[in-house]
Amino acid sequence: MNVRAHMSMMFHLDKCLGCHTCSVACKNLWTDPRGSEYMWWNNVETRPGTGYPTLWEDQEHFHGGWVRTRAGELKLRLHSRVKGLANLFYNPSLPAIDDYYEPFTFRYQDLFDAPAGTDQPTAIPISQITGEPIDIVSGPNWDDDLAGSAIYARNDPNLEAVAPHVRAQLEEVERVVFTYVPRICNHCLNPACVAACPSGAIYKRAEDGVVLVNDTKCRGWRMCVAACPYKKVYNNWTTGKSEKCILCFPRLETGQAPGCAHSCVGRIRYVGVLLYDADKIPSAASVPAGDLVHSQLSAILDPHDPKVVAAAEASGVDPGWIEAAGRSPVYRFVKEWGIALPLHPEYRTMAMMFYVPPLSPLMSTYEDGLAAPDVHPAHTDFDLSADLDRARLPIEYLANMFSAGDVKPVRAALAKMMAVRAFKRRESVEGSVDEATLELLHRAGSSAREAEEMYRLTTLASFQERFVIPKYHRETQIEGHVDPLAHKGSAGRGYLQASER
Amino acid sequence: MNWNTILFLLVPYAVVPLAVVASAYRLLYRPYTVSSLSSQILESRKLFWGSISFHYGLVLVLTGHLVALLLPRTITLWNAEPMRLYLLEATGLALGLWALAGGAVLAWRRYSDPRVRAVTKPADVLVLVLLVISMVTGVLTATLYSFGSSWFTAVFTPYLWSLATLRPRPDLVADLPWLVKLHAFNFFLLVATFPFTRLVHIVTLPLGYLYRPWQLVIWVRRPPRDSAARR
Repeated sequence: MNVRAHMSMMFHLDKCLGCHTCSVACKNLWTDPRGSEYMWWNNVETRPGTGYPTLWEDQEHFHGGWVRTRAGELKLRLHSRVKGLANLFYNPSLPAIDDYYEPFTFRYQDLFDAPAGTDQPTAIPISQITGEPIDIVSGPNWDDDLAGSAIYARNDPNLEAVAPHVRAQLEEVERVVFTYVPRICNHCLNPACVAACPSGAIYKRAEDGVVLVNDTKCRGWRMCVAACPYKKVYNNWTTGKSEKCILCFPRLETGQAPGCAHSCVGRIRYVGVLLYDADKIPSAASVPAGDLVHSQLSAILDPHDPKVVAAAEASGVDPGWIEAAGRSPVYRFVKEWGIALPLHPEYRTMAMMFYVPPLSPLMSTYEDGLAAPDVHPAHTDFDLSADLDRARLPIEYLANMFSAGDVKPVRAALAKMMAVRAFKRRESVEGSVDEATLELLHRAGSSAREAEEMYRLTTLASFQERFVIPKYHRETQIEGHVDPLAHKGSAGRGYLQASER
Repeated sequence: MNWNTILFLLVPYAVVPLAVVASAYRLLYRPYTVSSLSSQILESRKLFWGSISFHYGLVLVLTGHLVALLLPRTITLWNAEPMRLYLLEATGLALGLWALAGGAVLAWRRYSDPRVRAVTKPADVLVLVLLVISMVTGVLTATLYSFGSSWFTAVFTPYLWSLATLRPRPDLVADLPWLVKLHAFNFFLLVATFPFTRLVHIVTLPLGYLYRPWQLVIWVRRPPRDSAARR
């Protein structure tokens, strides 16, 4: 057992209100400079929809992630080693700037400088690349809150496997439904960007699993941009370098949660340590599609198991990190309760950011009478649980996003969350919980005690409970060989050398 | 000292050390900038038609020059049979035209696309002009002064070796037509601009990709125990 620690994040989609505060926090921290203004290391997508960059999930087009060969081995969908070198002069799968959007601003100075006239001066939109006036045809979150509508939702690749009659229902105006999916870099265990980089400039930090680009080694071949199935590596068009979410490691190293998580208004994000077995990565990533979720979760180890603790110590994991893994909220949601799933496990990169699938769009179907079965409100909970397949947001759709099309894990997660809801409703509204509700809870694989804990961590968790960040002890790692004052005075991501060639 | 000595003795002896020293400095002390600035994300379609033919055409033509320099006897023997000579000449010309066509597309792209123009610097234009001169004069030489594959080994191979072995004989190229001289001199200009422009990306050819492990994991500080067992 080769135990390593991973700093992971968990997104409770049921709580996401789509306010984009995370995106703005991230933008202000990291992607403000020219050349990166089109990048959103953190973005929030309205789903069903085509996302950002448009149709990023269409791997037939973008060739991201890994595929399993008939022999059961993994290969990059993008290229072999030789083909990777052959494609250096032209990267055939690179998204264009228009797949994101052409960054724009407005000529605000015109508001002051316009000559006196009879009409109101206007600030016309100009491209941030050319500086010339443009017609804005797309922008960040162009389809925000509209994605659920047929115009945008129709092209969502996740809807492909959904039965036609369910799709038709989804497109009925009264049933239009959407949910939000915030995305950052998944800091995968088996990252395709690392494997695709001809220069070997991208690497995973062993201590906390953060995937970083060494921009001194980066030669700007852009293979990582194409190989990442989540399209979370970006090409800076002024420096030519690849840039990506760094999980705010300078903040983590000083004990703070990443900017996106820290600023989250809905408190949907949880940050904590997961212990995993690095020796299991190759086998876990190459199992048949149906077993992917299970195999990935089985590579994540129980931090309370003395054998795991001993192995972690032997592998050189910091004791403080092992202890923090035991208090990790992410571990509870992912492994103990089993209601958080990785995004698109079928890409076989073993994404280490996890999502609790959204329940509210399903519930609202019934509670708002949109597709109400003719039952007494007291029975709604039970009816819902038995009838998840008639949910307004099809379970198959969520399964295509979070479990490689397998509805079982999604159904189990939703059933459990629903049961906890019913349990707490009885408890707080009626003051007591009846047998039937306990039975519902039991059938969902939960207990009254677990339900109470899930409820607490979901709704009442304090800052310290949501973000369990152990000490990095960077001072001991750096001082030996680097002048601690070397970068004094430099802040943020300032370039130490001009990027001019 | 005549013009021929200046252009074909002093200039090469000036630009080659300059290129070596400046490239080494840039690689060691300014490694961040050692690459070409790709504009593919801004414009992809014209780049497809330009970049592939330009790069592959040029790489193959340069390889041809290198073979003539390193293995002149092989070339001479190959050319002893007329059909093989014609084949080699035709191949060389075709590759040159292929590269030139790609270069023309790239030049047009840089001129006509506003987004690409926004990231174009004077040095990029200089490099492009020098490369186009190189390709045009090369293609013209191949058409006007036939069988270059044969006379290159008789003229340029000894000339370049005389430079390399520090017994320079610029007189070997003194009587060549001006077009050929321009082609050769232009190469020295490219060498001179190499370390200061995007041309430097030639040294970054990432051959290590053919054998490196797929995944790279780095320890900030490698733990002391059984560290050899880990990736």
